[in-house]
Amino acid sequence: MDKVNENSKEVQKVKFYKSGIKTEMYLLIILAILFIVLALNSPVFLTASSLKTLLRQASIYGIVAIGMVFVITSAGIDLSVGSVVGLSGVLTAIFIMQGLPIPLAIIISIAAGAFIGLINGILIHDGKVPPFIATMGTMTVTRAIIMLITGAKMISGLPKSFTGIAQKTVLGIPFLFVSWIVVVIIAWFITHKTVFGRNIYALGSNKEAARLSGIDVRKTTYGVYIFSAFVCSIAGILLTTRLGNGVPTSGTGYELDAIAASVVGGASLDGGEGSVIGTVLGAMIMATLRQGGTLLGINSFIVEIIIGSLIVVAVLIDKLRKN
Amino acid sequence: MPLKYENIVEMKNITKEFPGVKALTDVDLDVRKGEVHALVGENGAGKSTIIKILMGVYTKTSGQIFIEGEKVDFKSPLQAQRYGLGAVYQDVNLAQHLSVAENFFMGKLPKTKLGFVDYKYMCDETKKVLDSIEVYVNPKSIIKTLSVAQQEMVSIGKILHQKSKIVIFDEPTALLTNDETEQLFRIIKLLKEKDVGILYISHRLEEIFQVCDRVTVLKDGFKVDTLDVNDTNEDDLINMMVGRSVENMYEIERIVPGDIVLGVKNLSSGKTFQDINFNVKKGEIFGMYGLVGSGRTEIVRSIFGADSKESGTITVKGQEVDFKSPKDAINAGIALLPENRKDEGLALILSVSTNINMASIENISSKGIIDNKKGYKVAGDFIDILKTRTPSIHQRVQNLSGGNQQKVVISKWLAKGSDIFIFDEPTVGVDVGAKREIYKIFEELIKQEKAIIVISSYLPEVMGLTDRMLIMHEGKQMAILDKSEFSEEYILKLASGFK
Repeated sequence: MDKVNENSKEVQKVKFYKSGIKTEMYLLIILAILFIVLALNSPVFLTASSLKTLLRQASIYGIVAIGMVFVITSAGIDLSVGSVVGLSGVLTAIFIMQGLPIPLAIIISIAAGAFIGLINGILIHDGKVPPFIATMGTMTVTRAIIMLITGAKMISGLPKSFTGIAQKTVLGIPFLFVSWIVVVIIAWFITHKTVFGRNIYALGSNKEAARLSGIDVRKTTYGVYIFSAFVCSIAGILLTTRLGNGVPTSGTGYELDAIAASVVGGASLDGGEGSVIGTVLGAMIMATLRQGGTLLGINSFIVEIIIGSLIVVAVLIDKLRKN
Repeated sequence: MPLKYENIVEMKNITKEFPGVKALTDVDLDVRKGEVHALVGENGAGKSTIIKILMGVYTKTSGQIFIEGEKVDFKSPLQAQRYGLGAVYQDVNLAQHLSVAENFFMGKLPKTKLGFVDYKYMCDETKKVLDSIEVYVNPKSIIKTLSVAQQEMVSIGKILHQKSKIVIFDEPTALLTNDETEQLFRIIKLLKEKDVGILYISHRLEEIFQVCDRVTVLKDGFKVDTLDVNDTNEDDLINMMVGRSVENMYEIERIVPGDIVLGVKNLSSGKTFQDINFNVKKGEIFGMYGLVGSGRTEIVRSIFGADSKESGTITVKGQEVDFKSPKDAINAGIALLPENRKDEGLALILSVSTNINMASIENISSKGIIDNKKGYKVAGDFIDILKTRTPSIHQRVQNLSGGNQQKVVISKWLAKGSDIFIFDEPTVGVDVGAKREIYKIFEELIKQEKAIIVISSYLPEVMGLTDRMLIMHEGKQMAILDKSEFSEEYILKLASGFK
C-alpha cells in the first residue's frame, strides 16, 4: 500500500516532444559527406547537367521506393513493383501508338497497374498467401504478360509530345524530380496525417492488436498494395518518357533497389517502422554513389560492393543503436 | 537388498528470488524411484518455478539439488537432460513437420556405412520404445498429422528413448479426453514399473488420487506439507492450498448495479463452450472463473466478434446484435483487454500516444485526416488520469512496465468511450503496487456506470473484485454465484467439475 501512495504522489511531467537523433539525421550527414567528397574529387559533379542526371536517375526508382516503404511498414513486401513499372510503361506506349490521347493512355495504364496491386491485396489478405510468394507470383505473371502483348519487342516511334516530358524542367528542376517530390509530399502527408497512414503502422506493428482495436485490416492491406502499384505505374510511365520507347524489360530488378532504399532509410522488414523521408535519403545516397562511381571512373562492380555493404551496415547500425 | 538411492531427486531448502519477489522459500521436495509425486498449489504458488529450477531453466538463489545422491547444479536444460531429466509440457515440444522417428533421434540421427541417414534403424528403435508403452503410432507419421493425445504419447516415448530417469508432467491431461487420459495413466503406471521417478503437476485434484503416491502442497512459495495420498482427501488439499487471508487489496467502493447492458443467451461454439447464459449490469463487476482451457477466453472473444460463434444470441443495451468483426463490437461500446497484452493488446514498437488513439482514431480526425495535436492531448490526458508512468507520450510501449502497459490499453478504450470492459487476466505480469492501481481504476469505471467483466485464474482476485461470478469447467457453465455464495473451496470444486 505504501508503494501505491508513493507512486501516485510522484510528480509526473509528460513530455510532448520527441527526443533522440533520428535515422534521417544520420542519412542526411552521410549524403552531405558524399556530396563534399565527390565535389572535391570531380570538377563536373556539381555542374547543372551532372546534378540533373543524378536527380533524374534517383527519381524513378525513388518513386518506386516510396510505394515499397508503405508495404514494408505494413509488415509486407512487394516484389511485383518492377513488373508493374514495366506494364504501365509498355501499355502507355501501346495506347499512344494506337492513337489514344496521351492523358487517357496514362490514366488507363495507371488503372491497369493499380489493378495488379489489388490482386496482391486480395491474395495476401483474403488468400492468406505470404506477401513474398503472392507478389513473386504477380511479378512473374505480369512480366510474362508484358512479353506476350509486346512480342518481347520494343515499342518505338512515340511522339515528341510524350518523350519530351522527361527532359522538361520546372523552374530549372527536372520534371522527373518534381514528380518524385510530389509523390513524397503526398506519401509524407498520408503517413503522418491520415487515418489510413497511421493504420499502416498499427497493422505492421501488431496485426491482431490492430484487428482487436477495430482497424479494418482488409481495407488497409488493399490500400497499401494498391498505393504501391499506383506509384509504380507513375514511375513506369515516367521511365518510358525517359527511355523514349516502350521497353518490355524496363523496371526489371527495381524491387531490390526499392527494398534497399526503404531499409537504408530505416524501415524494418518486421513491420511497424518505415520513414518516407528516410527512404528518399536512402534512394539519394544509392544514386549518388552510382553517379559518383561513374564520374570518378571507379569500376561499377566496386560501386555495387559499396552499396551492398551500405545496406547491411545501415541495418546493423540501426539494430545496435536500438539495443 | 535396499536400494542405494531411494530418492532419485532430492531438493533441499530451495529458495528463489526474482527482483522484488521471493518466489520460493526453503522448499524441500524429493521424488523416489518408481513413485508418482504430485505437486499442487494455486497459480503463483511456485510450482512452475521449482520445476524450472529442477530442469535448469532458472538458477536457484540458494539450496541444494541431488540426483541419485550426486550433488548437481544445472546451468542449462541440456545439462539437466544429460542427468536423465525429461519433461512433458502441455504444449508439446515436437518438430511438427518431421516424423515421429526423426523427433526421437533429433540431433543425433544415426548414419549408415555410406553416411546416409539410417531410417530403418531409426524406425525400428522408435517402434520398440513406443511398443513398450503400448502406443501404436507409425514411426514414419508426420507429427502434425497426429492428434494432440498421440503427440503427447510420442513425447513421452521420446523422453523414454532418451533414457530419462525422472519425468515431469506439467498439466498433461489439460487437452486430453477421458479415454486419452486413461491411456496416459496406463503409460504412467508402465513408467513406474520401469523405476522412473515422476513429478506430476495438475489442477485436477481427482487425478492425483488416481495415479499419485505422494503429494506436496505449495502455497505462496512455501511448502505446506508432503503427504501420502492415502492419508488425505480433496477437501484437505484445497484447504491447504488456499488457507490464506485475503488482504484489503481488493476492497473497492461499489455502486448498486443498474440495468442489464450485456445479455448472453445459449451461446455455443463447437467443443470449445456450450450453452452459456449470463448477463452483466451497469456498474457491476462480473467474474468468470475456470481453469486454463475451460473456455473463458473463447467466450469473450466470440462476444467481441473476434472469433465466430455457432449459435446463441447476444444483446447489448437491450438490442440483439450480431457482430461480424471486432469493429462492430467496439462501435457497440464493448472493449476487450486481452490476456496476452503483448501479442494482442498493444503495438509494442509504436508510441504510447499511437496506442492510446488506436481504437478512437475517428475522434481525432475528420474525413480521414488526423489532427495529431488533438491525439497528443488525448494521450496526455489519459496518462495523467491513470497516472501512467512514461517519460513521454512518444515513448515506445515496449519500454513500459507491465502495469503501465495495461494502463495504456485501458486508456485506449477510455478514449474510445467504451462502456462494457472485458478484462482477460488484467493483472498478469503486473506488480503488486500497480495491481492496486488497476483495481482503483475499476472503481472509477463502475462509478461511471460502466460494466466490467473480469476473467482471472487467480481466485482471490476474482473473488475479491467481483459481484457475481460465472464458473466454467471444460466449456460448460457450472454455476453463477452471488458474492454471498463465494467460497474458495466451493468455487474450486465447481471449476474442477464437481457439483
